[in-house]
Amino acid sequence: MNVRTILTLVVTAVILAAISLWMGQQSYGWFPPQAASEAQLVDDLFSFLVILGTFIFLGVTIAILYSVVFSRAGKYDMSDGPPIEGNTTLEVVWTAIPLALVIWIAVYSYQIYDRMNVKGPMELVHLHNPMQMATAYAAPLDAETEPLEAIEVHSRQWAWEFHYPGQNVSSTELHLPVDRRVHLTLESEDVLHGFYIPAFRLKQDIIPGEAIDFEFTPIRVGTYRLRDSQYSGTYFAAMQADVVVQSPEDYQQWLATTAKQPPTEAYNRAVTEFAKNRGKVKSVFTGWKSVPPAPPPVVNYSTQS
Amino acid sequence: MTNIPVEMAPGATPPHAPQNWRTYFSFSTDHKVIGIQYLVTSFVFFMVGGFFAMIIRGELITPEADLVDRTVYNAMFTMHGTVMLFLWMFPSLVGLANYLVPLMIGARDMAFPRLNAVAFWMVPVVGILLMASFLVPGGPSQSGWWAYPPVSLQNPTGKLLNGQFLWLLAVAISGVSSIMGAVNFVTTIVKMRAPGMTWFRMPAYVWTVLSAQIIQLYGLPALTAGAVMLLMDLTFGTSFFDPAKGGQPVLFQHFFWFYSHPAVYVIILPIFGVFSEIFPVFARKPLFGYKVVAVSSIIITVLSGMVWVHHMFASGTPGWMRMIFMFTTMAIAVPTGIKVFAWVATLWRGKLRLTTPMVFALGALVMFVFSGVTGIMLAAVPVDIHVNNTYFVVGHFHYVVFGAATMGMFAAIYHWFPKMTGRMYNEGLGQVHFWLAFIGANLNFFPMHPLGLMGMPRRVASYDPEFIFWNVAASLGAFLLGMSTLPFIVNLVGSWLQGKKAPDNPWRAIGLEWLVSSPPPVENFEEIPVVIAEPYGYGRNEPLIANGKALELEAAEG
Repeated sequence: MNVRTILTLVVTAVILAAISLWMGQQSYGWFPPQAASEAQLVDDLFSFLVILGTFIFLGVTIAILYSVVFSRAGKYDMSDGPPIEGNTTLEVVWTAIPLALVIWIAVYSYQIYDRMNVKGPMELVHLHNPMQMATAYAAPLDAETEPLEAIEVHSRQWAWEFHYPGQNVSSTELHLPVDRRVHLTLESEDVLHGFYIPAFRLKQDIIPGEAIDFEFTPIRVGTYRLRDSQYSGTYFAAMQADVVVQSPEDYQQWLATTAKQPPTEAYNRAVTEFAKNRGKVKSVFTGWKSVPPAPPPVVNYSTQS
Repeated sequence: MTNIPVEMAPGATPPHAPQNWRTYFSFSTDHKVIGIQYLVTSFVFFMVGGFFAMIIRGELITPEADLVDRTVYNAMFTMHGTVMLFLWMFPSLVGLANYLVPLMIGARDMAFPRLNAVAFWMVPVVGILLMASFLVPGGPSQSGWWAYPPVSLQNPTGKLLNGQFLWLLAVAISGVSSIMGAVNFVTTIVKMRAPGMTWFRMPAYVWTVLSAQIIQLYGLPALTAGAVMLLMDLTFGTSFFDPAKGGQPVLFQHFFWFYSHPAVYVIILPIFGVFSEIFPVFARKPLFGYKVVAVSSIIITVLSGMVWVHHMFASGTPGWMRMIFMFTTMAIAVPTGIKVFAWVATLWRGKLRLTTPMVFALGALVMFVFSGVTGIMLAAVPVDIHVNNTYFVVGHFHYVVFGAATMGMFAAIYHWFPKMTGRMYNEGLGQVHFWLAFIGANLNFFPMHPLGLMGMPRRVASYDPEFIFWNVAASLGAFLLGMSTLPFIVNLVGSWLQGKKAPDNPWRAIGLEWLVSSPPPVENFEEIPVVIAEPYGYGRNEPLIANGKALELEAAEG
């Protein structure tokens, strides 16, 4: 390789690296707000992957485009290209670099996962293997705060219901205190559901017949969406709930006020739509028979929308 | 290396040449007829699956569930996925391999011609069963193409004959058909190569078909067994997977993904093979690092059997299992990366001709690299926990199955169309098809990535207003993509009927299939060729075989 080629390659690599770093910065804006400490970790990892991915994608694409533009055969040029069959050095390099890269990515992802420490189904395995020693979890992000008492998450076709056993409060809205590690117990009464709060970057399938522990730390006051992420049948898309992250004072206040509310039947989109559908005249085809939704939750607090 | 001589059993009628269109509707044992039967049947279902996709995208152009009822929407995405995989991707790839493998290895037919025909005729049965499920009470299956229990066991009509029942039956039959095909391919490739065709003289495409079919052999029994067990739960009241009766629903996910992840490699490996055939021809250069490319297919086969849990990172999967499968999943990037770099190096300093097969292959390669980048992101457990079951995943695998696999399949169809039909296709229409498909596919599937990052779950019939912009873009892309198929149909039908006559070797390509006439004679080779060279001798002017005529490499291109 002559000096000019090396220079061209270096300049190209530098430009690509600059674009990739810029994309990595941009990637933070592609997500919902970071409302849990876990979200920061995920976004950092994703940004890192965007940097690497942009570099590789642009590198390969530019090489292809370069060939397409500059290595075209003339209309009457029937000759062949140089019969290069391979290059051992090059092949070793492009095996070794991806290998090193994926090990790096995997180890980095492992460390991030370790720090997230969402618990999740790890507990399940302990139940199945009573002989196994309890795994020592890595120190959580905020080790100084012990998680609050577990909030029960009940899922069914197609409603979310949250129960705070300490105050015996039930709600169709998930209220959480900010900057405290919270502990949820996820349960399903019928089929698989998925507990997914995009602003927290957290997701866990809920398996009927099993209680799954889930821990995380909300860090930003606001209202977010909880969505069912594991397909659960006809009204799957309507199975959403609001998640309200509040200051500890507001949270305690809400618990205290709500505890005094008498339980009432909450609005449930699936139930409403199902009833409306059944009332329709069936002279034209309007759809197939569905599993009927569970009755609307009867709770102390609900969102009326 | 043996080759079974074609000797007629006494009293048997000689196989007639496929000159008559009726041959294609008969129980033919000619691998070339069966190949085209597979390709045409699967293309019909490609249009059916595409029609379902149009309904899905029509529903998603607005946030409310307003175009069709939710049950209809759920049936649409279930059938879209099922038809596209079991009736388009798998059969079209098997069809292509059926046509090409015996020709490429210098054999007169597949090892078991009757088994081959039986395997094909099960495909229309699968198709009819799935289409019939629209007519049974309760409509077709609405549990997604994964058919995860308990949703798939719910059966709201209570009838014995229901959509889910027919769906499971169809999948089980499709599994049996594919296993038959796999036995046939592996035997053919191992036992029936022409003299002199050593492993490292096999075209890369044959290597990839071998790798893919080995996956079918070890993986499909798991899915087929899972489907049968689910069928028993649904119909006979067993409780393998029903948690209400003590079953374990997550177990089904293991059965399902143990096959259905490697299935992605069953799809993409032969497309890698297509790239490895097309790039050298239209760059006029040998395939860079041929042996490494060939062996990396086998490495992918081995690794692909150890990654299935990455589909279940958000399921009831403990942390240690998440970590193990994250490492194995990322490892696949290495042999895949080797292939990508080898193709780029093949193009480098070549003499490129941007024919329709070449532009399709290039477009497919670029889209594949993009899906590889998002694939690594998905393999990283913390990222996957956020985007799992969102549109990010949908975008990722549509870049694979449409961007890379279907576009690669189009490249293959254009490339071997002159060989299969003896006619040239229309180049202008081919280029129009490419640009419509490429722009449509990117406009359709790119917006799914931001949607997933924002938190839009897949399989929803309605969504929050924050997702409108990208959904409208995706729907417009989908309609453009749907339209892109029209020039393809016009081109192929028109060219087959009255296209220019194709020479034996219109691309001046190297390979045994280009030695025979277009279309090839019934028995492929009058005399079995004796191979004396590696498959990609571009620029070296050496003979490929010791007997018979030389390749018409000097013939002027049309």
